Amino acid sequence: MIIGKIKDNGLIQDEPLIFEQGGEGRRGYSLPQWDVEEVEAQQTIPPHLLKEELEGFPQMSEVDVVRHFTRLSQWNFGVDSGFYPLGSCTMKYNPKLNEEIARMKGFTSIHPYQPEESVQGILKLMYELQSFLAEITGMDQVTLQPAAGAHGELTGLMMIRAALKARGQKRRKVLVPDTAHGTNCSTSTVTSFQMIEIKSNEKGIISPDQVARLMDEDIAAIMVTNPNTLGLFEEHLAEIAQIVHQKGGFVYCDGANLNALMGIVKLGSLGVDMVHLNLHKTFSTPHGGGGPGSGPLAVKKELAPFLPIPIIVKEGETYRFSENHPLSIGKIKAFYGNFGVTLKAYAYILSMGAEGLKRASEMAVLNANYLMNRLKQYYYLPYDRPCMHECVFTDRYQEKHHVTTLDIAKRLIDYGFHPPTIYFPLVVKGALMMEPTETESKEGLNRFIETMIHIAKEAQENPDFLRQAPQRVKVRRLDEVLAARKPKLRWTGKNPNNQIPSSQ
Amino acid sequence: MKSYLRYLPHTEEDIQEMLKAIGLGSIEDLFKNIPQDHRLSKPLDLPGPLSEPDLLAHMEGLQGSLGSSFLGGGAYHHFIPAVIQHLTSRSEFYTAYTPYQPEISQGTLQAIFEYQTLMCQLTGMEVSNASMYDGATSLAEAILMAHRITGRKKVLLSQTIHPEYRKVVETYIDPEEQEIVLIPYLKTDGRTDESALIQSLDHQVSAIVVQNPNFFGVVEDLQPFSEKIHQVGGMFIVGFSEAIAYGILRPPGAFGADIVAGEGQSFGIPLSFGGPYLGIFTTREKFIRNMPGRLVGETVDLEGKRGFVLTLATREQHIRREKATSNICTNEGLCALMATIYLSLLGKKGLKELALMNLSKAEYAKKIISRMNGCNITFSAPTFNEFVLEIDGDPGKILERLKTEGILGGLALSKFYPEMKQHLLITVTEMNTRQEIERWADVLAKSIG
Repeated sequence: MIIGKIKDNGLIQDEPLIFEQGGEGRRGYSLPQWDVEEVEAQQTIPPHLLKEELEGFPQMSEVDVVRHFTRLSQWNFGVDSGFYPLGSCTMKYNPKLNEEIARMKGFTSIHPYQPEESVQGILKLMYELQSFLAEITGMDQVTLQPAAGAHGELTGLMMIRAALKARGQKRRKVLVPDTAHGTNCSTSTVTSFQMIEIKSNEKGIISPDQVARLMDEDIAAIMVTNPNTLGLFEEHLAEIAQIVHQKGGFVYCDGANLNALMGIVKLGSLGVDMVHLNLHKTFSTPHGGGGPGSGPLAVKKELAPFLPIPIIVKEGETYRFSENHPLSIGKIKAFYGNFGVTLKAYAYILSMGAEGLKRASEMAVLNANYLMNRLKQYYYLPYDRPCMHECVFTDRYQEKHHVTTLDIAKRLIDYGFHPPTIYFPLVVKGALMMEPTETESKEGLNRFIETMIHIAKEAQENPDFLRQAPQRVKVRRLDEVLAARKPKLRWTGKNPNNQIPSSQ
Repeated sequence: MKSYLRYLPHTEEDIQEMLKAIGLGSIEDLFKNIPQDHRLSKPLDLPGPLSEPDLLAHMEGLQGSLGSSFLGGGAYHHFIPAVIQHLTSRSEFYTAYTPYQPEISQGTLQAIFEYQTLMCQLTGMEVSNASMYDGATSLAEAILMAHRITGRKKVLLSQTIHPEYRKVVETYIDPEEQEIVLIPYLKTDGRTDESALIQSLDHQVSAIVVQNPNFFGVVEDLQPFSEKIHQVGGMFIVGFSEAIAYGILRPPGAFGADIVAGEGQSFGIPLSFGGPYLGIFTTREKFIRNMPGRLVGETVDLEGKRGFVLTLATREQHIRREKATSNICTNEGLCALMATIYLSLLGKKGLKELALMNLSKAEYAKKIISRMNGCNITFSAPTFNEFVLEIDGDPGKILERLKTEGILGGLALSKFYPEMKQHLLITVTEMNTRQEIERWADVLAKSIG
């Protein structure tokens, strides 16, 4: 409600952009003491290479800045805010101790060009993490350098290209199932491979026959996500790997869904040649609202010569970087990967141990199956078989009330839950992909289940209400068409779409 | 007690009840779709589990220490205001995913919109994405984008670009289909050799890439490069690794840059042994549909209220799959937030003053070191907070000597530039006190003499 120009929005206040607040001369910083003579820029740099001032930059006091970003944070929903069943994203709890550790000065203040003898502990940590990840996946060697899962994929396909070249081969195609993450498809293109789609079968997985039909000597690799994005284990992966290997191809595994398999299955034993891991999924490092992530790549020893440099080597009790690897694809990042992220995964693995990681996978699978079984009479389950870490429903039962997946997702927000992943995987029309993870308790799941059942009832009785959702949020449904048709991607001082908020 | 259970809430009773609800007898039954011979028969060979205090003690023992440092070269030791850690520790920010559901992600979305605006203002460009992995990958993606737009396959890369960035570019570029031509630097002033560049320039060239300030800390004059490449219909790409310089330097956009791709680590992001950092990527409006990465746009909700959404996703992998402009998905969101908070605190005046302090400290270091015997400032062109120093003696030994005094005295350049056998890259920031600079110069002089 608006009383004059003042709104009584309680805790959901408006907050102008940083460019719309502050005032001339305000500052939120303090410089160290000036202890040398102040040099004017013009004294050393020709004026035509200098600028007068930073046009448009804000001027705010420290309090302004703190209030601004605190308010912004209050409009967000994170794992710490509540249940976040975003499928394929593994939104498990992010241990606070690991955040503390990552902020230790002896990690944050370390320069990448410091002498190796001054960072032996850090190199040891990285070396050990590589060996932990190799053990968990059943692979031989690991690089921690990729900054995210998609970066790991890129590294992997570049290595496959290099391995083929070393054999004197140039293959042009990559097989990707229709259930794959979009990154698998775009990674193929970015590395100049043509993507050939494999249709998943009626059980939601890929069949060896299909692969055998498509496989020829122009195919460099198959990219398989296991468990796949329907939450199903690719039961025939070992057989598929044999088919691919027989024709000289490689098996790339997208390990985004490894959370179902720790201590249960080693992907290496199924014939996988390389697998990337998302430390920001399986190994509990936070997503940061879209990164930084970390996407280490684990490979079999035949592919190890092609790993990106530098490689960490251990000689006696000393660790060092090694760059002399003539077959390496080269560098993929300026320094050595997202160290500040990898160290949290290292801490997580040590916290859990072998037994804890296995238990985590077991509980993740238990939670997903519990959710699936309790909801399947209310929501259509296209693949009604035991799932792994996630399950996929659709809006088919709600269609007759003209209620869609989007409406269901938005209504969940009103009840204080983050929606599941929606409209993915693409093979399922109107998908609602739910991944509860192991850190959600039975009571938490029950609250979500009861809410989903209630929403199914609302869809019958009051469908219009769902189409209006969400209501109890900072903003209602947003006009995404307008955003794309008239892109406004930065503040310009002009505000054609709306007036400056009344808090100004 | 099993210490790992602190993250796992299920009681034995819960497990039994849940199995019953599913209709299964045991946990093993959950995995019966996995062929028995694929399943592990023995536990993983891993250390742990460690309790919180034990893990903390273990991690404390692995730490390193920086000490007095004159190292830079793409990773800079700047002061990080306390506010940044406090605000980015708010778990509503750091435990959220990519803002796919805008109604409950307005905090992340508005912050990215502010970030995009700041990056446009800083670089003098019209559009910024929500971030890339780091300066090196951002630069590589910029070149791929120029190739897409121009349909050409040759890029001219200045040798004064950060050597590690150039290596990343070489990895990203498919050598069988694309060509990289290295443009040398002038031995006198340390700038990119304009006449060498002109010789390599033709209508096959997709882009010229220059870094400013360059790897030697030298301020390049971007004007001629911009004019020359545009004459042949190519694109002008400007990279950088020290973003603080743009507190005083004329932005690349003002010289006609088409893409600016740089590193934002200096904006409140810790050194952290090389990552996570922040890839900055800005361009012109006309190239929006060809750019990589996420974009946040302003729009309105049902009630006409301002709000922000991820937009123009038809360029991206999750919509376009194999036809996407890049495969990037997860980026460096929280680092972009750090930069946004940092620049909000510094603001218009602060960034300029900080840049001037960096310049002044580096000039002071140059002044005192150039008076000493056996030391010579290599390049004549103006520099920002880094410079190349040539010394009489073996840089390895001299750095070793400095280290025994607790000083990381500079970066030996021979690894990157074999011709620079006696050269060090020296970086001086606001964190180096006058006393520290004098001590560094003193020990350096003694090690030479």
